[in-house]
Amino acid sequence: MRDPHYAFAYLDERTKRMVRRALLKAVAIPGYQVPFGSREMPLPYGWGTGGIQVTASILGPKDVLKVIDQGADDTVNAVNIRRFFERTAGIATTERTREATILQTRHRIPETPLAERQIIVYQVPVPEPLQRLEPREAETRRMHALSDYGLMHVKLYEDIARYGHVSTTYDYPVLVNGRYVMAPSPIPKFDNPKIHMNPALQLFGAGREKRIYAVPPYTKVESLAFEDHPFEVQRWSRPCVLCGAVDSFLDEVVTDDRGGRMFVCSDTDYCGERRGRKAAA
Amino acid sequence: MYVAVKGGEAAIDQSVRLVAEARRGDASVPELTLQQIKQQLRLSVDRVMTEGSIYDPDLAALAIKQAAGDLVEAIFLLRAFRATLPRLGYTLAVDTASMQLQRRVSAIFKDLPGGQVLGPTYDYTQRLLDFSLAAQMGTVPICESAEAQMGTVPDASPVLELLDQEGLIERQAPAAGDPAPGDLTREPLRFPAERAVRLQNLARGDEGFLLAMGYSTQRGFAHGHPFAGEIRYGKVQVELVPEELGFPVAIGEIELTECQMVNQFAGSKTEPPQFTRGYGLVFGHCERKAMAMALVERALRAEELGEGVESPAQMQEFVLSHSDSLEASGFVQHLKLPHYVDFQAELELVRKMR
Repeated sequence: MRDPHYAFAYLDERTKRMVRRALLKAVAIPGYQVPFGSREMPLPYGWGTGGIQVTASILGPKDVLKVIDQGADDTVNAVNIRRFFERTAGIATTERTREATILQTRHRIPETPLAERQIIVYQVPVPEPLQRLEPREAETRRMHALSDYGLMHVKLYEDIARYGHVSTTYDYPVLVNGRYVMAPSPIPKFDNPKIHMNPALQLFGAGREKRIYAVPPYTKVESLAFEDHPFEVQRWSRPCVLCGAVDSFLDEVVTDDRGGRMFVCSDTDYCGERRGRKAAA
Repeated sequence: MYVAVKGGEAAIDQSVRLVAEARRGDASVPELTLQQIKQQLRLSVDRVMTEGSIYDPDLAALAIKQAAGDLVEAIFLLRAFRATLPRLGYTLAVDTASMQLQRRVSAIFKDLPGGQVLGPTYDYTQRLLDFSLAAQMGTVPICESAEAQMGTVPDASPVLELLDQEGLIERQAPAAGDPAPGDLTREPLRFPAERAVRLQNLARGDEGFLLAMGYSTQRGFAHGHPFAGEIRYGKVQVELVPEELGFPVAIGEIELTECQMVNQFAGSKTEPPQFTRGYGLVFGHCERKAMAMALVERALRAEELGEGVESPAQMQEFVLSHSDSLEASGFVQHLKLPHYVDFQAELELVRKMR
């Protein structure tokens, strides 16, 4: 039930329009970080306020929303955000990737491929991929403007020189449409290939850092690498113990205090759907 | 067999109930009223209004009650509420020179027109625990002169004007055309940030953070040589010019604390040696914050005054990006959100690297 004390989806219409303008600019310049007048939300900064503002600004009464955190619909922060929109917008929600028109996510891209007409909204803690290499924003802005990404390539090179491979496992930087280096948000690099040529619209919101960026449908997105050290994703030597999937990102679950471990899909909907199909067969 | 942990929803509901219960404490103890908070915890209310950047003692008292006295949480509540309010208009700039003073001290002149007025300050209380307050026997002293004095300090013009008469302190005239200042609540912070934006950021900034940054400038990390030129606390009128009337109408009064720091400046090719200003302004009586703000504000002017930018307090990006308690508290505490996907990725990496 919608709480009548607040505007539809919490934000007032003028604020939503401001966010949508930033979104339009972001779609027009794929991978470019557009500053926007991020508002204080009733959830803490760093807990998805950017994604929430983006979702609130594009949400219509007929939308069906799915919210995941770590790939799961039932983690506390995902539950909290889903309930925030149920309360302030009264919209329908779902746990099924296929049924959602808008998906808000933290740290994963669903295993089930997204389709045209779907929008995925990423919660972004640090939108600036160069921030760990250069903390001054005035500097990183200049570097983006000049496509001066030498610092990033040196970092990757040093990793390879030191460890034999790149030591970044999540939030692995990508080059969008051959122009801007972009932080894909802290998804595991396993998910990076899904950003490339995805039929869905991908929107990224960083509330605390007050930036919005986007990857339009069917956009070329490459993970940074070298010819002789191509990009690689994580692989597991075993399938998910629940559904037997060999193609999904697995969470390691500690089962006892004697070193027992089991590996299960991080994407709960994907795992549940596969188990349902197996049970029906 | 492992069953995926469900029940985040039920857990949240229970947690909400528990926090309400913990807030109330022992039900046999009378519940706090907002009036009590407003009257007897006025300095908490002032801090929450200042950093919550909205002047409303009732809402601030409510936020403090709801947050069980956690002021940073109360500031968060007030800010989130504030973000939903429409912007009805812009008041004229308040005139702190015509403040109805309750306190006014200067550390740079022994005596001056209008005099030194201590007003309500903890400065000379001697910090001895007052056990009569524990016994609730604290009698209310009637300060006979307070009402009489309030607002009647004759000719208490700003101390810095005395320096200005000799041309010894920089003038701070509005820029040509008096452009509207930036508004951080509508536009994101961009660097380099102009002075008005920096001041707004500092006014909303966390008191503890500014205190530490200000303190660092006194210990060799930036050299400000500050003097407390004037600290004044009292009421000012807020005036608005309604479009249909065309003249200012007083819409209320607010309490402010203003701090003008006087700092040395050796001069440059175009400017003779003179004193420079560091400015602090807060709602209510947040004197520590106002003074810290003035120190940091001055340090942040290093670049425009041609001083080296070497210390954290002089670095705009360092100070302004980390001053906001909502941003800092949110991001620090987001670490308790689940991170097991990232951690899994790191786990695999560390195993591979061994």
